[in-house]
Amino acid sequence: MNLATLSAINAERAARRPVIVVTDIGNGAQRLVKAVDIARDPLHIELERHLRMGKSSVIEVEGRKLFLNVYAPTAKLVIIGAVHISQALAPLARSLGYDVTVVDPRSAFASPARFPDVRLIAEWPDVALPPLNIDHYTAFVALTHDPKIDDPALLHALERDCFYIGALGSRNTHGQRAVRLKAKGVSEAGIERIHAPIGLEIGAITPAEIAVAIMAEITAQLRLPKASAA
Amino acid sequence: MLDRDEDILKAAESWAEAGKGVALATVVETWGSAPRPAGSGLVVNEDGTFLGSVSGGCVEGAVVTEALDVISSGAPRMLEFGVADEAAWTVGLSCGGRIRVFVEKVV
Repeated sequence: MNLATLSAINAERAARRPVIVVTDIGNGAQRLVKAVDIARDPLHIELERHLRMGKSSVIEVEGRKLFLNVYAPTAKLVIIGAVHISQALAPLARSLGYDVTVVDPRSAFASPARFPDVRLIAEWPDVALPPLNIDHYTAFVALTHDPKIDDPALLHALERDCFYIGALGSRNTHGQRAVRLKAKGVSEAGIERIHAPIGLEIGAITPAEIAVAIMAEITAQLRLPKASAA
Repeated sequence: MLDRDEDILKAAESWAEAGKGVALATVVETWGSAPRPAGSGLVVNEDGTFLGSVSGGCVEGAVVTEALDVISSGAPRMLEFGVADEAAWTVGLSCGGRIRVFVEKVV
């Protein structure tokens, strides 16, 4: 590998942008494909699939064996609300490899005793969220049920390119939320980005089951092709 | 995409920039119950210092030795290991698999 290639990989990783290194394992020839260049690459179908799956593997192209090594950023999960469901969701998400942050201005909820080993920010969303640099590899969930906290948080998430946004609440609650968010200038397309009621429909009842439903929906959004991840 | 040993490439870059010979070893193919997936790797410098892993411990020593040869020769090579041998069992690895490891010099 060229030192220049190695430096470029590290720079992209530091900026949380994915890259794929394509190595011809017959002769060692190598090239780096940045995320922005995938769409016009001759191998774009394979590159897109490998990036979506976060999977490195060998493919055969015209009799040559190419190793596609995928470097994708660690996915982040931002949880609004240090509530009961979050206590189940945070460790589940961590076990799936997510970098988890819980935000709740109510310090009685956001206590380290309730959330051992989880990054907690006891601030309002307008203070807590900007430094988190919510990006394409971030999933965002609003779980407080309290519009004073959830609404400004969702407004922030909707301005960003996060791959998943979900909000707790019944269809009725979500309908009222949509009215409030539209009054704040959110478009119909913006409202449609919010998964609500949150989580896959698996009949979840307990906080732990709801956490499973949420992580299942986030996983589908991360891994499935766009057309079938809705 | 989750949970990778990403610091090894930073080490590779800083070693190479400091003028040391450096090689990268990367798992490119696995069969059976190989302990580390494709894309896992380790980085070795000319002093034999290494970071990362390709197997969970059973073949690292051999990979490091081969990597030192690659640093000397400059020519990449492909290594293949079965990890179903007795040595692997005695250290308690989940085995029965084979891995192919690509070793290349940073130039």
